[in-house]
Amino acid sequence: MYEVIERRMIVPNLHEFIVRAPAVARSVKPGQFVIVRPEEHGERIPLSVADWDRQAGTVTSIFMQVGASTAKLARLKPGQTIPTYAGPLGKRTAIEKFGTVLCVGGCYGIGSIYPIARALKEAGNKVYTFLEARSAFLLYWEDKLAGTSDGTFIVTRDGTKGRKGHIGDMPSMIAGAGITPDLVIVNGCTFLLMRTSALTKPLGWKTIVSMNPIMIDGTGMCGVCRLSVGGKTKFACVDGPDFDGHEIDWAEFLARRKSYSPEEVDPLRRSSCASHF
Amino acid sequence: MTDEKQTKKTLDLKRRPMPKQDHLERIRNFDEVALGYAVETAREEASRCLNCKNPLCNKGCPVGIDIPGFIKCIIEGDFSSGIRKIKETNALPAVCGRVCPQEEQCEKMCVLGKKGEPVSIGRLERFLADWEAAQAKMELPVVAPKTGKKVAIVGAGPAGITVANDLLILGHDVTIFEALHECGGVLIYGIPEFRLPKSIVSREVEYVKRLGAQIQMDYIVGTTRTVDELLEEFDALFVGAGAGLPWFMEIPGENLNGVYSANEYLTRVNLMKGYRFPEYDTPVKQPSRVAVVGGGNVAMDSARTAVRLGADEVHLVYRRSRTELPARLEEVENAEEEGVIFDLLTLPIRLIGDENGWIKEIECLEMELGEPDESGRRRPVPVKGSNFLMPADAVVIAIGNSPNPLVPMTTPGLEINKKGGIVTNPETALTSKPKVWAGGDVVRGAATVISAMGDGRIAAAAIHKYLTGQA
Repeated sequence: MYEVIERRMIVPNLHEFIVRAPAVARSVKPGQFVIVRPEEHGERIPLSVADWDRQAGTVTSIFMQVGASTAKLARLKPGQTIPTYAGPLGKRTAIEKFGTVLCVGGCYGIGSIYPIARALKEAGNKVYTFLEARSAFLLYWEDKLAGTSDGTFIVTRDGTKGRKGHIGDMPSMIAGAGITPDLVIVNGCTFLLMRTSALTKPLGWKTIVSMNPIMIDGTGMCGVCRLSVGGKTKFACVDGPDFDGHEIDWAEFLARRKSYSPEEVDPLRRSSCASHF
Repeated sequence: MTDEKQTKKTLDLKRRPMPKQDHLERIRNFDEVALGYAVETAREEASRCLNCKNPLCNKGCPVGIDIPGFIKCIIEGDFSSGIRKIKETNALPAVCGRVCPQEEQCEKMCVLGKKGEPVSIGRLERFLADWEAAQAKMELPVVAPKTGKKVAIVGAGPAGITVANDLLILGHDVTIFEALHECGGVLIYGIPEFRLPKSIVSREVEYVKRLGAQIQMDYIVGTTRTVDELLEEFDALFVGAGAGLPWFMEIPGENLNGVYSANEYLTRVNLMKGYRFPEYDTPVKQPSRVAVVGGGNVAMDSARTAVRLGADEVHLVYRRSRTELPARLEEVENAEEEGVIFDLLTLPIRLIGDENGWIKEIECLEMELGEPDESGRRRPVPVKGSNFLMPADAVVIAIGNSPNPLVPMTTPGLEINKKGGIVTNPETALTSKPKVWAGGDVVRGAATVISAMGDGRIAAAAIHKYLTGQA
């Protein structure tokens, strides 16, 4: 059993989730994920890792409440335990001295891009951060990210912070600031990954995206996380989760990502306290 | 008179049938199909044994069980001695009695089989294991004094459990590192409840725990800690990490929604208990027309699972004929009884989806059998122009899998073959890396439970030799 150290809604619908898991904390690297099971009858779900404390033996994730399983996670309180917290899984994000790197984060990915930005900075890169949110109140960890970045760009749909706009404005904002990234790394919802890849392709900006398919074991056995990259089938849990965003078959990925959408919310509908679904 | 009786006994050529759940009943539940011999039936079946002077049956057993020895105990009604005899060399009798392909191993060698039906060795093994489980207390073997040597085992599947069992009895300390949230490996995630109840697997795991095995769950050797890191702490390490990524046919459409690997399909149902959704959170789709591609035991398990999940029609699509089906005949017959439709000599060449990316139909070719290929089976050859469409709203691909990649990917100095398996010396199970042994699916790809256990026994003997300075 793994003790929940902290679980708090950091912004609406996004939760900061800190668990004591010394074996994971000891070896986790930027870009990896863990598999979590909220309770004995629960699903195994992958969560990107957003931070860790090797001394304290704790690991932090930011997750979005989407379906039944994340709703269960969202009800956990500090001091409670969960039966499964396995990891780290997946390959670490490749960190080397690339030159100038643009880290793009949205949603839970604002959290998981943080250790990547930190490691890139430590490796001697010039690191810029680009954050996208619907509104200012959905942004978090800007201070943490500012500490690891040479500059931060923010775009919100309603203009309550940064530029009013969306990810589509990213290339002009970056180029307008006189920056030509040698590498773009994107963490966040599938739409952000796909959209950013589409934007950077014509510019020739190499783009690495952290893919977030459905997983079960997460250890290279079941094959549900497969996706097409450069015309070849790859498995996100062991070949990824990072892939070249310009090579991914996005239509196929989106369809696979949604294949269990009805079942994700079905148990919520059945519970009496959520009868308005 | 006595002699006559003796002769008559040797001519008992019919094995006692295994009582089974009625097929109309069992397709509506996940309970075990084969119900096991009653005491009297078991003793009758055991009495068919000729007690050969030079028995061949035990030579057919990958873990070398003293088969005539335990059969004799059954005849005499001394079941506790019988199970003790089996456990001398087999840590998982209740499992092996159920899922071993005995017809290819011990029973194939049985002399009675030349004239009639061989002794039902597997069923008798199961009988003893189940008899023991029904007793109040499970007996523990005598364990050698502690050696102080520490062995790490990667994976709590059949290979790892066997190594743990053997080394614990020899007095070594054993820690098993298991990646999933339950022990048992393929016995838990792969083989369905109706063929191998999970309570039996837990019981066998409990047994090695009582022998003193330490088990670390949710521990992924390779990423949680590497093999090299573990070797700083342990004197020897056995890799039994099991199966890896599923194979696909490499035809168009395999990433459509509704197309599953057998690993995924069975894991959802068995490990995650998807058949009890929404009581359990992991969903499994309940399509009406399921096509399972493949002809092995995993294909049969998938097809029979689909039947139980309520599919209207379950088709098993296999490119050769019934004779070449690699599955156990018993499982083929069970599947047939349960209404699985066998589309033999049929090769899928394209999976076709609907506008939302869900599988809709399969383009297939009819096949005919040509000359034997390198496997000795007649090669299936497509019949020109025989293309046809088969409707399906789910496809389960059960054509095998590669060895698990996590340890090979993270362990420098470990030699890997072209198929991704860890290379071992077949006589010792030693890998190219000192102090590291390996066995089971991580070496062989998709093989059987008993071959994994056979590897485990070989590895345990070699590890013991190494730890005690004999090698």
